[in-house]
Amino acid sequence: MAGAPFPEQKTMPSAELKTLKARVTVMPKAGVLDPEGKAIGHALGTLGFNGVGEVRTGKIIELELTETDPAAARAQAEEMARKLLANTVIESFRVELA
Amino acid sequence: MNAVILLFPGTNRERDMAIALEKATGRRPTILFHSETSLPAGTDLVVLPGGFSHGDYLRCGAMAARSPIMPAVAGFASKGGHVLGVCNGFQILTEAGLLPGALLRNASLRFLSMECHLRVENAATPFTNHWQKGAVFRAPMAHGDGNYFADDATLEALEKDGRVAFRYVTPEGEATEAANRNGARNNIAGILSENGRVLGLMPHPEDLVDPLMGGTDGLPLFESIAASFATA
Repeated sequence: MAGAPFPEQKTMPSAELKTLKARVTVMPKAGVLDPEGKAIGHALGTLGFNGVGEVRTGKIIELELTETDPAAARAQAEEMARKLLANTVIESFRVELA
Repeated sequence: MNAVILLFPGTNRERDMAIALEKATGRRPTILFHSETSLPAGTDLVVLPGGFSHGDYLRCGAMAARSPIMPAVAGFASKGGHVLGVCNGFQILTEAGLLPGALLRNASLRFLSMECHLRVENAATPFTNHWQKGAVFRAPMAHGDGNYFADDATLEALEKDGRVAFRYVTPEGEATEAANRNGARNNIAGILSENGRVLGLMPHPEDLVDPLMGGTDGLPLFESIAASFATA
């Protein structure tokens, strides 16, 4: 891939910097089909786990942020979720700080 | 006419698209890398071809929709420019907000690589004017995430305004559940933007434009494009 102009990654050396962890949970919105959740629910039934209702799958994305003010870090993570991490047409998200 | 085909890392149908466009228009399209930030002067049509841009990471098309070239594509579309997205290109256009809705995982959870039949729902567009409304044609499809989803209000608006371009149907032209292999709402295979100049569809008409490919069912799409710009 000589010459392929990928933007340079700006990775922070985490050991040297004070950081804050944000955890973004992305889930399909109610009413959006989740065939993967359905398949998992079906497999659980096959394994004999009865009494499982609807199964929904999603994603968890952990972010290491150099912003250490909790309110500002949360606002940043929420903006990232709106702009990229979640597709709000089909998904909702929740941000937790650790 | 000057067509520009965008190339993202993981795009793999750009050459098929170039062959189909050149066959219909007589002009070889320009292939433009995603890291560019502007379109060549005089661009008439921007095409986002199929593939697996950025490995389908996060969501299909999510990364590509945030590529450096995409603000230029959005600007081009907002000024009335013509944009075509096929398969991954359709996914990128929805992720970029240039078309409404989203493409979910196929309801069967299976990657579907097969032939399908499409019905032309609107033949009065720059992309479909070489078909009759209601015409049925064959098209190859190959996707894991082609299950079109939009909320009820969006779906109603698409239907009311003639913005459903193509629907999955049986060879006889019936929009049945069995013909809707990926589970798309209302059997939707392709949709148009409000001004009718942005089209996204999951199947691959560009892969059926020559008898050597097994038929020319997909050619009217490219002849329509050529005709639209010949008279413009």
